[in-house]
Amino acid sequence: MTETFDVILIGAGSIGLPAAVMLSQAGLKVLVLDQFASPGQGSNKKAIGGIRATHSDKAKITLGNRSIELFAGWKDMTGDEIEWYRGGYSFVAYHEKDASSLQTLVKEQQGLGLNIVWLDKRQLLEKVPDLNSVNLLGGTFSPDDGSASPLLMAASCYKQAIKHGCVFHFRENVTGLIIKSSKIEGVVTSTNEYHAPIVINAAGAWAGSVAEMAGINIPVVPDSHEAAITEPVARFFDPMIVDIHPDENSSNCYFYQHWTGQIFFCITPSPNIWGFNTSETSQFLPLASRRIIQLMPRLKNIRVRRTWRGLYPMTPDGSPILGTSRECSGFIQAAGMCGQGFMLGPAMGEMITRMVLDELTPMDHEILDILSPYREFSGHEKLK
Amino acid sequence: MPQHDRRIHSHPILSPAGRKQITFTWQGNKLTGLDGEPISAALYANNIKVFGHHVKDHAPQGLFCANGQCSQCMVFADGKPVKACIHPIRQGMRVDPVDGLPGLPPGTGTLDFTSIPEKQVPVLIIGGGPSGLSAAMELAKLGIKSLLVDDKSALGGKLVLQTHRFFGSKQTVYAGTRGIDIAENLSIQVSKEPLIEVWSNSTALAVFSDKKIGILKDEKEYYLVEPECLLIACGAREKFITFPGNTLPGIMGAGAFQTLLNRDQVKPATRVFIVGGGNVGLIAGYHAIQAGIEVAGLAEALPECSGYRVHMDKLVRLGVPVFTSHTILSAYGKDSVEKVVIAALGSDGKPVSGTEKTFSVDGVLIAVGLEPIDELFLKAKEYGMKVEIAGDAEEIAEASAAIYSGKLKAHEVAALLGMHTDVNQEELTRTLNILKAKPGIVQPEAATEIHNGVMPVIHCRQEIPCDPCVHLCPKGFFYIEKDDIRTIPVYKGDSHLCIGCERCVAGCPGLAITMVDYRKHPEKPRVSIAVELERTLLEKAGTVNVTDIDGNTLTSAVIQEIHQVARLDHTFIVEVEVDPEIATKVAGIQIQAEQDFETGAEIFDLSNEDTIICRCERVTVGEIRALIRSGARDFNEIKTITRAGAGSCGGKTCRSLILRLFREEGIPQSEISLTVHRPLFKEVELGVFAGLHLNAAEQKDNHD
Repeated sequence: MTETFDVILIGAGSIGLPAAVMLSQAGLKVLVLDQFASPGQGSNKKAIGGIRATHSDKAKITLGNRSIELFAGWKDMTGDEIEWYRGGYSFVAYHEKDASSLQTLVKEQQGLGLNIVWLDKRQLLEKVPDLNSVNLLGGTFSPDDGSASPLLMAASCYKQAIKHGCVFHFRENVTGLIIKSSKIEGVVTSTNEYHAPIVINAAGAWAGSVAEMAGINIPVVPDSHEAAITEPVARFFDPMIVDIHPDENSSNCYFYQHWTGQIFFCITPSPNIWGFNTSETSQFLPLASRRIIQLMPRLKNIRVRRTWRGLYPMTPDGSPILGTSRECSGFIQAAGMCGQGFMLGPAMGEMITRMVLDELTPMDHEILDILSPYREFSGHEKLK
Repeated sequence: MPQHDRRIHSHPILSPAGRKQITFTWQGNKLTGLDGEPISAALYANNIKVFGHHVKDHAPQGLFCANGQCSQCMVFADGKPVKACIHPIRQGMRVDPVDGLPGLPPGTGTLDFTSIPEKQVPVLIIGGGPSGLSAAMELAKLGIKSLLVDDKSALGGKLVLQTHRFFGSKQTVYAGTRGIDIAENLSIQVSKEPLIEVWSNSTALAVFSDKKIGILKDEKEYYLVEPECLLIACGAREKFITFPGNTLPGIMGAGAFQTLLNRDQVKPATRVFIVGGGNVGLIAGYHAIQAGIEVAGLAEALPECSGYRVHMDKLVRLGVPVFTSHTILSAYGKDSVEKVVIAALGSDGKPVSGTEKTFSVDGVLIAVGLEPIDELFLKAKEYGMKVEIAGDAEEIAEASAAIYSGKLKAHEVAALLGMHTDVNQEELTRTLNILKAKPGIVQPEAATEIHNGVMPVIHCRQEIPCDPCVHLCPKGFFYIEKDDIRTIPVYKGDSHLCIGCERCVAGCPGLAITMVDYRKHPEKPRVSIAVELERTLLEKAGTVNVTDIDGNTLTSAVIQEIHQVARLDHTFIVEVEVDPEIATKVAGIQIQAEQDFETGAEIFDLSNEDTIICRCERVTVGEIRALIRSGARDFNEIKTITRAGAGSCGGKTCRSLILRLFREEGIPQSEISLTVHRPLFKEVELGVFAGLHLNAAEQKDNHD
C-alpha cells in the first residue's frame, strides 16, 4: 500500500529539519526520509555551530539576518534549549591585502542591510583581548551573529515537527523518483513507495545523486573539512574569529567559544579535498593548531577533546541552490549549502514553505533569482 | 603521625618509593607530599578526596580513572588547570579545587612552533602490559624491530599493581611469581633488547586514515608513527554500574584503587566495601587488607563469586564477609562516600525489601567486569592497516593468558610482514586456551588423613590453570596432569616421605597449602599456615583464631613460631598447635574482626531515575531511559540530546551502561546504532600539536 503526503522531504538535515517544522506547522502532511538512523546524522552534526549574516551577497545576507532572528527566538518559541549565543563574528586582518578587501566589503555589506563595522587594532583588541596583537591591522565585527548547537537544533526541529504531525522514516534510502509527464508524483525507497505532488531535495552532500534520479544535473560536489572541539573553560572571548588569509595548506581558519565554554575550530584545506570520505587524517591537528595558536596564543593551553571530518556540499560559485525544477514540476532543489546549511536552515525552511504554499514575496523572488539552479554559477562568493 | 595521614608506611610486599618529602598548599593550607608523586596521591595521603565541583550540578568531583582519561580529578596547580592523577606535585606548589569551569591560563611565552616529527617502524606495539611486552620479546627473537608505546611510566601494565603471586604455568608464563616481579622481569628483558625501542609515558591518541598513529610522547611531544604492522595490546577498561550516589568521591574502580594503593602507596580508604566477586574484586580486597585497610564486605550479584575460588578463600579466611546474590543499592555521603547499602537479590533478580545491610565505609571499590580497549584496532582495520590484537584487548582473561597471547600474536605479526616462522601454532593455541579457561566447578575438599609424621594438606578445590606446587616440592611429590595444568594437584607422597620443607606452603600462589606435623607432639599436631601480611600483625605466643577453608572459626590457637622459607619472599609461615581432629581442616588465620553493619529497611528507588549514567556530563538514567522509551535507537541521537558520551572521557564509562539500559528496556541489539569512535583517545593541549614545548620544566618524572 502506498501512502500519500502533501510534501516529501529527502534529507533530515540542516535544511530538511527546519523545513519539516515549518511545512507541517502550516498544516501540510509531510514525510521526511533519511538514510541515517536519526535526525541530523549526515553533515548537520559535523557543523561547528557558527551562525552569521556576514556574507557578501544580498540573498545570503537577507536569509542570514532572518535565520539569526529565528535562532535567537527559538527557545522562546519552542521551549527547547539550542545553546544560542550572540557573540558576533570577526574577520581579522594581519595583512594589508586582507584588511583592504574586508574594508571594501564592509561598505557593500552595510549597503545590503548587514550590521557590521570595521574595528581598528585597538578597538578589536578591546573586544578580543587575547588576539595576537603582533601585525594585527584590525578586523570586521558583526555583533548580531552568533552560534548555537547544531545537534540540539536538529533534535528540537525533530521534536517540533513531530508535534505538528510530521512523519519521519530513518534508515530508508531513496532509490528512485516517480515522475509522470514531467511532473513529480512521489519517491521510491529501499522498502516502500510514497506519493506526493511536491518532493524537496534536501539531501545535502548526496543531493546530486537524488537530482540525477530525475535526470537533472545540479552542480553539487562535496569537499571535506576537519574540525575539533576542546574541553570547556570559563568564557574568555565572544566572537567567531575568522582568518581568510590563505597559507600553504589551508585557505582559511575559524574558531569560537561555544555556549558550553568549549572551543570549536576548523580549517579549509588547500587544495580542497573532494569526495565523500569523512575519516580523520593526521594532517589536520598540526595544521589547524598552528594557525589558531598564531591568532590566539592563549589557546595553546586548551586541551583538544575530539576531532572529526564533515562534508561541505559545494557549488561552483559558493552559493546555495534553491528553486523548482523546470524539467520536473513539483521537484524542488534545496541543496549545495556550501557548508552553511545549519546557519541558513531556518530561513531556508521558511522560504521553502512559502514556495510550497505559493506565498512568495517580491524579496523572495529576488533571492530565488540569485540562488536559481539555472544561474550561470560564474560568480564568486567572497566569504565562503 | 597526623590524624589524616593515609600514606602506607609499611607494607608486606612493597618497599617505600624513596621520594623526598615536600610541602605544598591546598586551598592555602600547608600540607606535605612526596616530590613528583601525582597530585591526586598527595591529596589522598592527606585524606582530601573532593577535588572540586561539577559545573552543571555542583556535584563533588574527585579521583576516578586515575589514568588521565577523564577530567574528574581536575585541580589548579599554580593557577593552571591540570589532571591531578597524572600531574606531579612539586615543592611549594599551590593546589586549589576546580569549582565549575576552570579559566584558561594566559598565553605567555614565545610561539616556537616546530614541525611534527614522523617515524617509520616495522612494528608498532601499543601497550606495554603483559601481552605487549611478551610480543615485543618474541618479535625480537624473530629478528623483528618494534617500537613499544605505553602510557605509564613503568612498563608492565596492570602487572605493576599486582603484589600477589600469579597462577598459570610455571614453565611458560612465570606462575608463582608476583605480578610486580613479572613486570620488572619482563621490562628488564625488554630494555636490554636492542631490537625494541620503548616509549613510556606515551599515549597513542589516534589511528588516522592515512595509516599514521598520533602519539603523545613522554606526555609532551607529538609524533606521527607509520608502522608497517600495528599490534594493539591496550588491555581492558573497567565497567561501571549505576546506583544512587555512584559518583561520590571515594567510589572508584579497582584500577584506580590499586593505583593509589600499590603504585602511590596511599590508602584510598580506611574501610572499604567491594562490589564484584570476580578475580579483580577479590584480589583488590586482598591487596587492601595487605595495606592495612579494613574490608567491610564484598557483594556479588551471582550466587557464586566468578573469580578463582582460591582468591575468594584467601579473603574469607582473613575475615571478609562475602555476600553472594547481593547487589549494591546506593551510596551516601555529604561530599564523599560515608555509607553503602546492599540488599539480597530475589529469584527475579530484583533486590528484596527487608534484606538491606548498611555499612559505614569511606571507600567503595567497583569491580564489575572488564571490556576490551579495542577502538584503535577497529580504526586500523577500517583504514586497511596490517594489524593484530593481543591480550585483554582481544579477549578478557588472566595476565598469564595475555603473556602467552602476545607471544602467539608476534608470530601472526611476523606473518603479516611476510616472514614465515617455524612455530607450532596449534600447540600454542591449545596452551593459550588452557590459560584462558574459565575456572571449573568447585569440588568438595578431599579429606586428607594424617596421623603421624609430616605432610602437606591441599586446600585447592577448583580446576584453574596453575602448577607452581609441582615445581616447588624438592621431592617431586606433587602431581598435576602435564598436558592440562587445570587439574587439581594431588600429593603422591605420604607422611613419612615428606621432608617438611614447607616450600609448597610458602609458595602456593593461592596460599592454599598447609602442613600438618605430628613429629613434635603426637597429640597436638602443628599446622603451618602461610601469611602474606605485615609481620607485626602477628607475634609469637599470641592467640589467633584459625579457620577452615570457608572462613569458619575452628578454634583459637597460640602461635608457636613464625619464620620464613628461603627464596620465597614476603611470605612467612605461622605455626600453631591444634587438636588432631581439626588439624587437616585448618586453612587460615582470621585477621579482621567481625565486620558490623546495620540492618533495616531502606526506601529504595529501583528506577534509578536520578542516578548518574554519564559522569562527565552528569546525565541521568532517567533522561536516557525517557529517550529510549520515546523511540530513540541511535546512540548518536542520545549523545546529541543529552551530551552523554560527549564529555572528557569520550564515553569510555557510559557507553556500556547505556547499552545495558537498552537491554533492560528490551531493545534488541540489531535496532541500536552505535556511535563512531573519533580521536582523541585522551585530551591533549592544542600547543602540543603545533610542536610547542609546553611546560618543559614541569613534565612528570614520577614513577621512574
